[in-house]
Amino acid sequence: MNTAVLTQASLAAFQKLTPTQAVKSPVMLVVWVGTLLALFLTAGQIQQGQSYGFALACSLILFFTLWFANFAEAIAEARGRGQAQSLKASRRDLTAQLLNRSGQLSKVAASQLKAGDQVRVQAGEFVPADGEIIAGVATINESALTGESAPVLREAGTDHSGVIAGTTVLSGTITVQVTAEAGHSFLDKMIRLVEGTNRQKTPNELALTVLLAALTLVFLIAVATLPALASFVGIELDLLMLIALVVCLIPTTIAGLLPAIGIAGMNRALGANVIAKSGKAVEVAGDIDTLLLDKTGTITFGDRQATNFLPLPGIAMSQLVQGAQLCSLQDPTPEGKSVLKLAQQEGFAEQTAPDNAEFIPFTAQTRLSGLTCDDGGHWIKGAFDAVKKWAQSRGIAVPNALEPLVTKVAQQGATPLVVANQQQILGVIQLSDVIKPGVAERFAQLRALGVRTVMVTGDNPITAGAIAAIAGVDDFVAEAKPEDKLDLIRREQAKGRLVAMVGDGTNDAPALAQADVGLAMNSGTQAAKEAGNMVDLDSDPTKLLAVVEVGKQLLITRGALTTFSLANDVAKYFVIVPAVFAVAMPGIGALNFMQLPDPEIAVLSALIFNALIIPALIPLALKGVKIRAISAEKLLRNNMLIYGFGGILLPFVAIKLIDVVLNWMI
Amino acid sequence: MEIMLILTLSLLLAWPLGVYMTGIFSGQAHWSDRLFGPLERGIFKVLGINQQQGMDWKSFGIAFLLSNLLLGVIAFLLLMLQHLLPLNPDGVGPLSWDLALHTAVSFLTNTNQQHYSGQAQLSFLSQSFVIVTLQFVTPAMGLAVCLGVLRGLLGGRNQATAQEGEARDLGNYYQDTVRAVLRLMIPLAAIVALALSSQGVPSTYQPSPTVSVLEQGQSLTEQKIPLGPVAAMVAIKQLGTNGGGWYGPNSANPLENPTPLSNLIETIALVLIPIAVVFMAGGMLRQRGFALMSLGVMGFLSLLCVAAAVYSEQQPNIAFAELAQSSGNMEGKEVRFGTDLSALWATLTTQTSNGSVNAMHDSLNPLAGLVTRSGMLINAIWGGIGCGFVNFIVYVWIAVFIAGLMIGRTPEIFGRKLEKAELSALGVLLVLPSAVILLFTAITLSFPALIGNSNPGLHGISQVFYEYTSAFANNGSGFEGLADNTPWWNITCVIVLLLGRYLPLVIPLYIAGMLAKKRQIPPSAASLPLANVTFGVTLLTVILILNFLSFLPSMVLGPIGEGLAESHIETISQQTSAITTQLQSVTGGAQ
Repeated sequence: MNTAVLTQASLAAFQKLTPTQAVKSPVMLVVWVGTLLALFLTAGQIQQGQSYGFALACSLILFFTLWFANFAEAIAEARGRGQAQSLKASRRDLTAQLLNRSGQLSKVAASQLKAGDQVRVQAGEFVPADGEIIAGVATINESALTGESAPVLREAGTDHSGVIAGTTVLSGTITVQVTAEAGHSFLDKMIRLVEGTNRQKTPNELALTVLLAALTLVFLIAVATLPALASFVGIELDLLMLIALVVCLIPTTIAGLLPAIGIAGMNRALGANVIAKSGKAVEVAGDIDTLLLDKTGTITFGDRQATNFLPLPGIAMSQLVQGAQLCSLQDPTPEGKSVLKLAQQEGFAEQTAPDNAEFIPFTAQTRLSGLTCDDGGHWIKGAFDAVKKWAQSRGIAVPNALEPLVTKVAQQGATPLVVANQQQILGVIQLSDVIKPGVAERFAQLRALGVRTVMVTGDNPITAGAIAAIAGVDDFVAEAKPEDKLDLIRREQAKGRLVAMVGDGTNDAPALAQADVGLAMNSGTQAAKEAGNMVDLDSDPTKLLAVVEVGKQLLITRGALTTFSLANDVAKYFVIVPAVFAVAMPGIGALNFMQLPDPEIAVLSALIFNALIIPALIPLALKGVKIRAISAEKLLRNNMLIYGFGGILLPFVAIKLIDVVLNWMI
Repeated sequence: MEIMLILTLSLLLAWPLGVYMTGIFSGQAHWSDRLFGPLERGIFKVLGINQQQGMDWKSFGIAFLLSNLLLGVIAFLLLMLQHLLPLNPDGVGPLSWDLALHTAVSFLTNTNQQHYSGQAQLSFLSQSFVIVTLQFVTPAMGLAVCLGVLRGLLGGRNQATAQEGEARDLGNYYQDTVRAVLRLMIPLAAIVALALSSQGVPSTYQPSPTVSVLEQGQSLTEQKIPLGPVAAMVAIKQLGTNGGGWYGPNSANPLENPTPLSNLIETIALVLIPIAVVFMAGGMLRQRGFALMSLGVMGFLSLLCVAAAVYSEQQPNIAFAELAQSSGNMEGKEVRFGTDLSALWATLTTQTSNGSVNAMHDSLNPLAGLVTRSGMLINAIWGGIGCGFVNFIVYVWIAVFIAGLMIGRTPEIFGRKLEKAELSALGVLLVLPSAVILLFTAITLSFPALIGNSNPGLHGISQVFYEYTSAFANNGSGFEGLADNTPWWNITCVIVLLLGRYLPLVIPLYIAGMLAKKRQIPPSAASLPLANVTFGVTLLTVILILNFLSFLPSMVLGPIGEGLAESHIETISQQTSAITTQLQSVTGGAQ
């Protein structure tokens, strides 16, 4: 946090002192009125020539209580703005090459673009506006958004056709259809959000505000009725002391930090490169019960790779590997390449294709690929039934051991590729969908947070089950069509669960919209991004874990500081109540077991503590209470111990210390 | 020893009773149907009510309010016209309109705060029909609302078929009330009444006999001993968390509470149904763990208070601090019961919103005074029948909101989220006690002419505070020493009584109705578990801190101030006497 942010926030904290701002929080409004009253009393005392030191000190501390609360909000906003500014910087002075209907190009400022316009972007240029590629393919550097320098591939007509203003095209030329006018792009929306200009209180924040307002009213009544009770026994109570009592009792700590906690939650999501379209979405993320994940690209890398060679009985390993290598030599698919890679890894010699060999490419009809030579030599690989048909047509025997071997591989969640030559069937290459490292641990963490993971895949149930077991998901849906996701979400929601899903394709859009938290990949289509309520700039599906944590942190921070704020009151009572009655009821001194010698200094100490605890907790409010994957009961116990019982004890010590210092100074 | 016996017996008896109550209210066929079914069907036929008709929170609440209004009007008229009506062998006159209104409302709200002196101002008709009828019916009504709230917590009786957002069936108010009277209150009262009669509590409709007094003084040679169906009334006043006795001094009077055994029976009867409601709630909610947690929290608070009160009364009366008196505080107590049993009764009667007494609370030492007041302010340590558990649920909701946040989820109870609408209603309930009790106390104290209390100073504040607290908590116990039969006291207490009865029952019903129709989230590892020590401690802390924060300042100007001021005086007087001795020795030396 730099000095510029601090200065900016300090000034903003003054601006927030206006009555229109003050009424937003009922708790702080009471402090606001109390400050005015105290100032008024001070002025009166000055005018009458009485000693006004105590009154002035009270007024100043009250003022700072207000200011600190405003400062907390301002600093959260300033930090959000800081993040937004750096994003904005990438958008300045962009020009676009507008493509008119007759196909001619003209230079216009990016701010002139309208939705529906088509622009041409070439290598080395900035993308001038959010849009969708309608022609061409390009590699794009999105580091301005994501901080990730590795370029990403964007192509028309795929699920990865979206481009974002401010990113750079590294290679290729694309035609982009603008989807958002200047000022209405995702970035603009996000910048407005983090700037807090249209920040709305989230449902839980509203509920908590109501509770805090009710508590404030309770304390106001408790203190306001005191003079009447006291006057019955002939005790006059000091108005300043009563104001101090009210301000110390009402939950100023949580009320002062509440807006900051909400803004910081959004900021933290942004820090994880997730744009939440509303604070509500972040809050809901903490409640997610079920998480729907596509298998491909999320749990697994999505491209199947060779992981094992399994020769048939009577066939040497080297024979199988040689066959596998030969039929993959000219295979351009990732699967084919992985066969060569595995052979190399396992120390087999490289093969070269016979001079006159011809490559048989994979076709939907044959479902085979390999090599054929003039001399009638064949090396092919393919799915079991395809190879079986091929072998039978050529009169090659299909050994009985093949089918069990193929089934075994399939049961492990892998895809068997059968390898054969012109004489016999050699064995099987096991192609596995490789599970991303660390995925199982993440799911375990999610499970500890109470989130059930459901994998959705088009695979058959056997393969899906095997992958589900290895990845550690709680449930899976096999042979799913894209539209099944929507049904699944509805079914889960009907059971009362809150569902989150990750998606990037246009056919994911309805499901993203239906889900309680729809996290769209930035690399995905515009439709998907419009439908979701969050966009992940890194396009990392496992990011949802971070989002769930941010949501939970947000709520925990609110709860912890509410508890802390209320627990603090116990100590404050033991400071102020004896002070209020000290003169009239000497016996009450027994309540003053903290041994604070001077009533006025004691009250000032409590007020100072009350004011200083707000800035002291700003870092916690901005960072959020740390969350660990432990059971709900343990979490509650820990937080009760720290913020509940800690909240009772801390002010006793702190106020005593402040009091000692004050007494020493005065 | 006797205290442990009484508490253990209460718990052991409450358990099967709670199971029985679950049986009669859960809507399933029950063996008691054969006994009471025909009678109930007859009653509903006469009343023209379909007892199977489900009610949502609104119709349930309206039925509750309207039936109370009707009963209230009848009770008021009977009290106003008692001198014209039969069953008045002693020829007692009519009550003033404000006293009649206060008495009607007081019994209607299951409070039984008495600004009249029972045997002298009420006819047999008033006692039997107004007082006793209300004593049977009003706890049943409170229980009915509690049942409505409990059903709401689980989504209502139509949970299985209703859509999200659809109004939920919280049961039938009339069926619950009638069953509670017929199957619960009447049989239990009969058993207790018989037991008390066996101990010598009067049970007769004969006019009061006149006897010659033993010590023939100048002014008094004969005395009329008021009798009546005392045993029956004492039974229901104890069982129904009512508290209004036949005689002014309540169960301190030997005719109401003659023997140690009768005292034991009456003390158990105080807490029996309120404890049984907790077991019943566990059965209705099908949440054994939650019931045990509730029992633990309430039991802990109850025992803590009993221990403090017993300790307090074993100390000498603070007024005798300077005297060489070592026995406990016997002022205002029956020698027959002694300090322990009186302290136990005082604690339980204020916790359960009963308000009957076997000793005078005005004379309790400050610590016990604090305990009795805390019992009423918390009003959920067992509490009144039905309403006590409803209050407890309100504390649970608040604790769930705070604890729920601390585990990182939008707070939910039994899978239903607490949101702004519910929190707003909870906010009203949170503010209500302080607003009503403290504002009325402050207003009354501002006009000392209105008070008519016997004590100046801090104890005077305590008396006023106690009276309104007792009214708001629908407790009805008196601090005594207050000339409370004045229009001011009668009317303000009526307002406090009504606010203290109907809002704390109808608002939770509304909250339960709102919660019931929400989407239910199935429990998962991340849900807040309510059935464990951690949540119990959280709840306990919430209950204590909320009450501590709301009422500490006013308590300082009451029992705390009194207690501390006395000990202060004590030290001063010790110092003074030390100085005097020194002076004497000095002057003695000079001679």
